[in-house]
Amino acid sequence: MSSIKIRTKRQADSTQIRTLIAHPMETGLNTDSKTKKTIAAHFIQQLTVRHNDIIIVTTDLASGISRNPYFSFEMKGGEPGDKITIQWTDNQGNSDSQDTLIQ
Amino acid sequence: MKQLRYGLLFLSSLMIAPIASAPLDDLNALQQHFFTQFPTLSRQDFANGVYALDSDAKQSWLAIEQFPPYEIAIDLGKQLFTHPFSNGLHYGDCFPDYQQGISQHYPYWDLKTQTVITLSQAINRCRQQNQAPPLPPTSRALINLTAYLTFLSRDKPIAITVPPEPGARAAYQHGKKYYHQRRGQLNFSCASCHVQNAGKRLRTETLSPLLGQTSNWPTYRLKWGRVGTLHQRFIGCHQQIKAQAAAPQSEIFRNLEYYMSYISNGLPVNGPSIRK
Repeated sequence: MSSIKIRTKRQADSTQIRTLIAHPMETGLNTDSKTKKTIAAHFIQQLTVRHNDIIIVTTDLASGISRNPYFSFEMKGGEPGDKITIQWTDNQGNSDSQDTLIQ
Repeated sequence: MKQLRYGLLFLSSLMIAPIASAPLDDLNALQQHFFTQFPTLSRQDFANGVYALDSDAKQSWLAIEQFPPYEIAIDLGKQLFTHPFSNGLHYGDCFPDYQQGISQHYPYWDLKTQTVITLSQAINRCRQQNQAPPLPPTSRALINLTAYLTFLSRDKPIAITVPPEPGARAAYQHGKKYYHQRRGQLNFSCASCHVQNAGKRLRTETLSPLLGQTSNWPTYRLKWGRVGTLHQRFIGCHQQIKAQAAAPQSEIFRNLEYYMSYISNGLPVNGPSIRK
């Protein structure tokens, strides 16, 4: 199961892209209530959105973003059948990517 | 003297009467109370809790519902549910009707063990039947499983039965007494806020009516940042009135859930949902 969920919605002359990403987004400052050990920092550092393989959004994220973050973007234009790709990389070197076609 | 004694007997029976009344009478009386108090709301609206009463809050809730954060929990729950046990059987073998939705029938009175069984417990029972260790009541896995099963029950009317069996009646009365009894440093009962003062403001929050309080669980609470259980919410309520809370899935919380779910009979299940 992909960690990325994407939904797109065509509007008059733009497209709304929404995404929900399953990620713990640990800051590195929390302690495990049972073991009393610090939980290692684990958060998404870079998120990119591509429209037909052309980067339209690049974001540098840090530990201040919530668990399972949600992002929403407005894109000018966008036709049904266009490919939207969302990809993330976290500070532990993991990454995931997901494609969707605009409805 | 005799007359006085009869008088006292009559008085005491009057005082006991509301506590020991039949479950169906309680249900009709309480539902009627809320329907007259909020004449603009339909039966379905009550399942939305506070959002039925506060249109601004409803707008922001509906905006989040377009892409709800609890979807991750449902997906993970489905994955767990369809994953076979070590003996090759599935959860589906314990819950043959799960696809039609089963959560509207929980909690129920179990004749064999003489106790109220919640959906979480039923899942754990299924695990034990299949040689898997039970999951802790507030573990992610158990919450995700209940989220998935509740999702399959969406829009099904809540249908809790209290059989005329003395044990079942006692469990119901136990839950009812707990809901209406004052406790804690602030000396509030659940009913002080959610029956007598439902719909009024407590600081910046609107108080939700008893009717519909169980329909949306497990719920993604913005305060928690994750999906949680009704029993976790009970603990939060206890903290707010500075009272000692019982543990999740303890007998009293199960009985309380039994009472509250019974009163909400006929309302649609709309969990998992989102609450502030």
